[in-house]
Amino acid sequence: MAYNNDSEAFPTAVKILIAGGFGVGKTTFIGSASEIEPLSTEELITTASVGTDDLVGVEDKSTTTVAFDFGRITFASQHVLYLFGTPGQDRFWFMWDELCTGALGAVVLADPRRLDASFAAIDFFESRGVHFLVAVNEFDGAFHYEPEEVRAALKLDPRTPVVLCDARDSRSATTVLVALVQSLFSAARPT
Amino acid sequence: MAADDDEIWTDEKAGRLVRPYTVSNGRTSPTNKLDLLSMVKATGRSARAQLDPDLALALHLCHDPTPVVEVAAHLKLPAVVTKVLLSDLIDCGAATTHAPRPAADPTDRSVLEALLHGLQQRL
Repeated sequence: MAYNNDSEAFPTAVKILIAGGFGVGKTTFIGSASEIEPLSTEELITTASVGTDDLVGVEDKSTTTVAFDFGRITFASQHVLYLFGTPGQDRFWFMWDELCTGALGAVVLADPRRLDASFAAIDFFESRGVHFLVAVNEFDGAFHYEPEEVRAALKLDPRTPVVLCDARDSRSATTVLVALVQSLFSAARPT
Repeated sequence: MAADDDEIWTDEKAGRLVRPYTVSNGRTSPTNKLDLLSMVKATGRSARAQLDPDLALALHLCHDPTPVVEVAAHLKLPAVVTKVLLSDLIDCGAATTHAPRPAADPTDRSVLEALLHGLQQRL
């Protein structure tokens, strides 16, 4: 095919993933940071599952629909940042390579009432080598932890930033993204 | 039929009345390499009147450079079906896309600087 070689005509799109357990406020966060109301779409992913005892060695492939929300922030520099909320069911989006490929980094939103719901996303990004930070969504103020307590509870690498936020607040959500980009900068710096 | 006056055929409760794969004639493999953030833009070289309604609407949505994922959201179609439609538009010259870009490099300082600057301006 003939591609359009005039790259000036196309803005550069980059993405950051917004992950975390079910009901932690991913869509709220995306809506607060985004310049548009969050949009929703779905994708069909192929999931391979190993057969049962009766079908040793037989792999069964099936497709599953995963729905996800996303938002957008357009910058004057011809860069467009997309915020992709990961689908609710971890076991499916973990198999969705395209979601992770090319992501600059990820925000793992954590609910202070159930920090353990963040483990799956943290493990996943650590194993994939995706740079991430943990943002504790303190929306109702009922539970308050210091960042260091969260770091210890989640057994995070000392270099992984932990920040507190209110996902409903535009400024707070944007500040989380600033913290992520700043930490990407630090990671990019030759040591 | 022009896209502007053609609504997607939906039912409030049931959602889209035409099954997704009908739209792409059962195809799930686009002929062009597109990812969720590939930008597609109408070339203005095709009369929308000659296109199927879904193709016409997809083309209408790409008046300005628009990524696959946004077109999919507006068409209410799975991304993979949307890629097939957009690929058809590219093949017939009605739309164009950029050459596949290497994945964004999280250590590319120029990109990080642009993001940081842009985000801080929103605070």
